[in-house]
Amino acid sequence: MSDNAKSIELREVSQVFRGAAFRQAGGELVAVDNASFSLTADPPHITSLVGESGSGKSTIARIILGLQRPTSGVVTYCGKDIYHLSGTEFNQFRKDVQPVFQDPYGIFNPFYRVDRIFWTAIKKFGLANSEPKGRALIEQSLRAVDLRPEDVLGRYPHQLSGGQRQRVMLARVHMLRPSFIIADEPVSMLDAAVRVLFLNVLLEFKEKYGMTTLFITHDLSTAYYVGGEAMVISQGRIVEQGTVDDVMLRPAHPYTQLLLSSVPSPDPEDRWRDRMTVTEQTAGEEIPSRERCLFAERCPKVMEGCWRERPRLVTVSDDHLANCFLYQSVGDEAGRTSDAAIRH
Amino acid sequence: MIQSAPVIDPPATGPVLLDIQDLRVYYRTILGVSRAVDGVNLNVRRGEILGIAGESGCGKSTLTTALLRLTRAPGYIDGGKILFYPNGRAPMDLLQIGETELRAVRWRHLSYIPQGSMNSLNPVMRVVDQFADVMAEHGTANASEARTLAPELLRQVGLGPHVARMFPHELSGGMKQRVIIAMAIALEPDLVIADEPTTALDVNVQRVIIQTLADLRDRMGMSLIVVTHDMAVHAELADRVAVMYAGDMVEIGGVRQIFKDPQHPYTQGLIRSIPHVGGERARLDGIGGNAPSPRNWPSGCRFHPRCPRAMSVCRETVPRLLPLVGRERAGEAPPLVGCHLYPESDGARREQ
Repeated sequence: MSDNAKSIELREVSQVFRGAAFRQAGGELVAVDNASFSLTADPPHITSLVGESGSGKSTIARIILGLQRPTSGVVTYCGKDIYHLSGTEFNQFRKDVQPVFQDPYGIFNPFYRVDRIFWTAIKKFGLANSEPKGRALIEQSLRAVDLRPEDVLGRYPHQLSGGQRQRVMLARVHMLRPSFIIADEPVSMLDAAVRVLFLNVLLEFKEKYGMTTLFITHDLSTAYYVGGEAMVISQGRIVEQGTVDDVMLRPAHPYTQLLLSSVPSPDPEDRWRDRMTVTEQTAGEEIPSRERCLFAERCPKVMEGCWRERPRLVTVSDDHLANCFLYQSVGDEAGRTSDAAIRH
Repeated sequence: MIQSAPVIDPPATGPVLLDIQDLRVYYRTILGVSRAVDGVNLNVRRGEILGIAGESGCGKSTLTTALLRLTRAPGYIDGGKILFYPNGRAPMDLLQIGETELRAVRWRHLSYIPQGSMNSLNPVMRVVDQFADVMAEHGTANASEARTLAPELLRQVGLGPHVARMFPHELSGGMKQRVIIAMAIALEPDLVIADEPTTALDVNVQRVIIQTLADLRDRMGMSLIVVTHDMAVHAELADRVAVMYAGDMVEIGGVRQIFKDPQHPYTQGLIRSIPHVGGERARLDGIGGNAPSPRNWPSGCRFHPRCPRAMSVCRETVPRLLPLVGRERAGEAPPLVGCHLYPESDGARREQ
């Protein structure tokens, strides 16, 4: 596993949840629907995965981290299926792909001091061979995320603020120097003023240590702020991907366009001048087939073919892809070629 | 799905509807008294949308709870007045009136859209029955009259009449939120207090809720207090914004002044922390340090430990919230600012 070839790749990953809880949804819920994308460590970058609640973005995070085995499809780390790694390779994967979760209150064990999350990592991965060296390592990492070690060490989680706790998790990431960070809604529970500090640390990790981040968020403005690439996910499908500027400033998919027009602007001179109505699905309605565009009933540009066939992710311009028949015709072979290109 | 309609921006110059004077709401804890709301002065005018902004832990929810007289132990009102001037009733101090009078005021004159209101509906009652309950209890209509009114109220928040027959579990989060809004306005109250009305909703549902709230004021002349940490919601909805920090207001001004020309260093930091889709991608600063604890507010100006412009006077003297002369925008009253950067003279602040 040479460093320059490090990558995480999802190939046609789908996740279906079944059970009585989804009776209303027809007995099963397709959380992730045929998702394919890759993250590469070289050059390091930030890819945002943007979606509304229930779109499947957290399930993708869990699948990449190996916490949830997908119903179908393969997740590879450096070209190997993560479920067929050897013991050493698996340890390497565990160290190299680090999570940051949403809830800064739920991830800590309240009975242990904060220090413990650093020491378990040091022991597990053999980062230091003596207590003073380990301590120096922890302090260095805390300073790297703008925390003072004396404010944090020896304390219990409830004695820290939400922003401090999220940064403690980043300090742990800093200590382990992974190639990949999977950050699932890391700032959604933080206040605005603390939020940008966290995002700035992520940006710094990319620049200084070459860490690649999958930044999962429902908030388009934070995704715009961190830059890089963006993927928009809706009802389990990736509907658009490209650079953040392409996706957010020149959105191709009508869903992305709708999403962007709904973001309140933090500028009172720039209030909405038109009104929007939404058609909301209520429970008990007939479950439509998934072999079609799932945005069809809400799409202002819907065409007849959108109801009959599943659109593919096709090229709009350069690296800008959209899953929409506006950019391909129904049954179009060009769509298939581009589909194959994603698969290599 | 997008229809054009002009957006009206009425000025908020009506008579005072709610006048909060030196309100203090504390909590008894085993570690001492927690001064969550500590000396708030604030007023709401008839027909305006007042936004209350602030980070988590600044006391927004404690303040809202106190306005509704819903403070429960270990919380208590340490002092202050909440003067309320409802239509067709004598002015009153909400903190002094008895339970019977309070019952008469609630919902008729003062209603509430709670935080997480998606979970505020009774799961085993149809929507229409929940309307009937509220209107029979607080209004003049009896239950069967109330049932006939429910579809019209739902229409006002953009929901179809069939929703009345549904159970809460059949509705999406945004629809439940709008049912709650419809119930809050059922008796045409003078003032509606909405606590984080858009948090935890998806963006396009959030947009519909914001429009619905704006409509209530534009069409029905209702006054609203919208409490949220999300500054973009204030920018979209509010006429005036009160910025709260550490249990007190640090700046109160017209929405344009707050966003375009903030005066208090905390407000400035807050505005500078908001990313904006399509804006220049410059590094934002945020505000360093941690929010202080209500059990132990910093001395003097409570923001001084995090303030980039703190002076020695800030550590010693509490700045009073006073009008800042010379910073008013055309047609607006001067903003109220509590900061020593603008020295005090004759009951006002002036720039040096």
